[in-house]
Amino acid sequence: MSQRSTISGWGGHSVEGCEIRAENLSAAANGAALSRGLGRSYGDSSLPPDDCPIALNTTLADRILEFDQATGRLRAEAGLSLADMNRLLMPRGWFTPVSPGTQYVTLGGMVAADIHGKNQHLAGNFGHHVTKLRMQVADGRILECDSEQHADLFFGTIGGMGLTGHILEVECALERIPSPWIWQETQRIPNIDEFQVALEEAAPQWPYTVGWIDCVSRGSALGRGILMCGRWATADEAPKRVPPRRLRPRLTFDFPGWALGPWTVRAFNELYFRKQWRPTLRGIVHPESFFYPLDVLREWHRMYGTRGFTQYQCVLPHTDESGARKTGSARRVLDVLTTLGGASFLAVIKDFGQNGVGVLSFPRPGITLALDIPIRANTQALIDALNQVVIEEGGRIYLAKDSFTRRRDFERMDSRVHDFNALRDTWDPQRRFRSAQSVRLLGDLPRTNQADLGGHP
Amino acid sequence: MNVVCLGATKGMGRALARAMAERGDALFLLGRDDDDLKRSARDLEVRGAQGTVHTAYCDLGDSETFSAALVDAERALGTVDTVVVTAGQFAPQDDLEEDAPRLREMLAVNFTNTVLFCERARKTALKSGGTLCVFSSVAGERGRTPVVLYGASKAGLTRYLEGLDHRYRRAGLRVVTVKPGFVRTSMTDGLPAPPFAGEPDQVARIVLRAIDRGTPVVYAPGPWRHIMAIVRALPRSFMRRASF
Repeated sequence: MSQRSTISGWGGHSVEGCEIRAENLSAAANGAALSRGLGRSYGDSSLPPDDCPIALNTTLADRILEFDQATGRLRAEAGLSLADMNRLLMPRGWFTPVSPGTQYVTLGGMVAADIHGKNQHLAGNFGHHVTKLRMQVADGRILECDSEQHADLFFGTIGGMGLTGHILEVECALERIPSPWIWQETQRIPNIDEFQVALEEAAPQWPYTVGWIDCVSRGSALGRGILMCGRWATADEAPKRVPPRRLRPRLTFDFPGWALGPWTVRAFNELYFRKQWRPTLRGIVHPESFFYPLDVLREWHRMYGTRGFTQYQCVLPHTDESGARKTGSARRVLDVLTTLGGASFLAVIKDFGQNGVGVLSFPRPGITLALDIPIRANTQALIDALNQVVIEEGGRIYLAKDSFTRRRDFERMDSRVHDFNALRDTWDPQRRFRSAQSVRLLGDLPRTNQADLGGHP
Repeated sequence: MNVVCLGATKGMGRALARAMAERGDALFLLGRDDDDLKRSARDLEVRGAQGTVHTAYCDLGDSETFSAALVDAERALGTVDTVVVTAGQFAPQDDLEEDAPRLREMLAVNFTNTVLFCERARKTALKSGGTLCVFSSVAGERGRTPVVLYGASKAGLTRYLEGLDHRYRRAGLRVVTVKPGFVRTSMTDGLPAPPFAGEPDQVARIVLRAIDRGTPVVYAPGPWRHIMAIVRALPRSFMRRASF
């Protein structure tokens, strides 16, 4: 039973299609082009292709199947949300080894995007901590895979954007925490070049680091911002109570298009920078305000109005091919952004310390920038220009954010796409698993013969 | 609280069992699919249910399975404080009109066998009192064109539960009739959601409070109490033309 309607990515990009919701994923999977969790990927990676507009929504498959309080090993169905995990397990001293910037994601989504967090320099991506997956692959078989058994499928699925099969169950290792509170230190940083240095200096001292940058300011103040460093508070430092549940109002309407014009963006960025009224502030903070500042306003993406927005996230290597140190790469990206007027309400900077384990994982050692860009007439040109810089710098983009990159640009920045497609030739030669994004970027053909779609074993 | 749940693997039953587990209640699950029951049992244990969550085979389509299942539950829990029935069947009116075996099954599951199960539970697990919480539906409040057959099965169930409450409350049996409005579950997946559609977690919180207080009739989510008050007051001439 399914109803045709609209399915949207978090940025507002949408397609006509329907979602099947069921507790039993493998029984409901028939005919779905891909699985989809809470729909927090910004672009079109969780949207089904036009010719097979059915997505399997995993959020009702959210049972915890095993949790070992002594070792932190967790096995759960793919639709379990991080919010649920945090609510249940944080008070017991366990936290996800890697957390993205929102807790409204599912375990399956965390694997598919091989998400990273504020501790990427230390802990790597979520995929580094995944020990086993249960999958339903294209021929209908249900398989367990890990780094030894069906290893190619395992590493293809981590960061594989759901294109290798339906992820049914995830087994991973959680991290022991001394308290559920965070000790945070924030520091004002005068410009983008200093930011890169400050992040590198903070990396060995802090498990969690991230920077917010003001990308409206130009010249010598380009990329000024606030560096946030954190670690888990020790049992002595932390308040004795469990962090209280926070109110999360919902944004129930779309802002009008002018609301996020250049002036409001400038004012917000100025205020946010001034909020840090001393060069350094430190103290205990609520874990949600540290990890999930944007979750405070549910459906905050509606601020961008009906036209929506896109997020652009790239990583730029620290060194060139010969191993020589590079400088100024982040500045080049911000220069293009400010020159082309892509006022970004929110911009985040973070250093990456290691590659992901997945065939198509996004992170690699370098500096990453994530920019929110409201959709305007020139957005395509802006993304093309940003991609040129990324190609020249030897970097790449994050598929979970993208909806504008052109296929030829993607192939120039990420040659691993050929390895990934070769792996799909093994597991899914008929390309049953596709997304709107894979048709756009990975060369999947929109299937014209609808008869092909039947006969799923 | 020691609770026996029939239908806790899915939808509102799952949400209610989780709410009970998270406050440390002891649970026993009844259902048809052993593997599925065990997966839910593990989930409820991690979420905080007291002790091991045991399960037993019980098929609402087959009244022969009720006795043994309830005996198992009583043996595992010691005393039973509450029996919850969330299981039931739904199918669109058009499908039921076309498919006689499916209609017979729906009527048997939602009415006859639910009543037989409740009678069994009243005489065994709840013989010395306790709470019987059964999910009926707002669909049973009026004869409405899109849910004539499903509504009829739930209307019958609602009246049975009302009578049961009147007859046995003084003897210590508290009957809680839950009338959910439209709730987003796999059962309603694909149906167009009306205004005030609810989430299973929201329903679970309301029902758990009703169980604790022994509220005889509870609508969930809240606004459905008022919506149904209006629907009950509408004249037949209007209902005949209405499409809801």
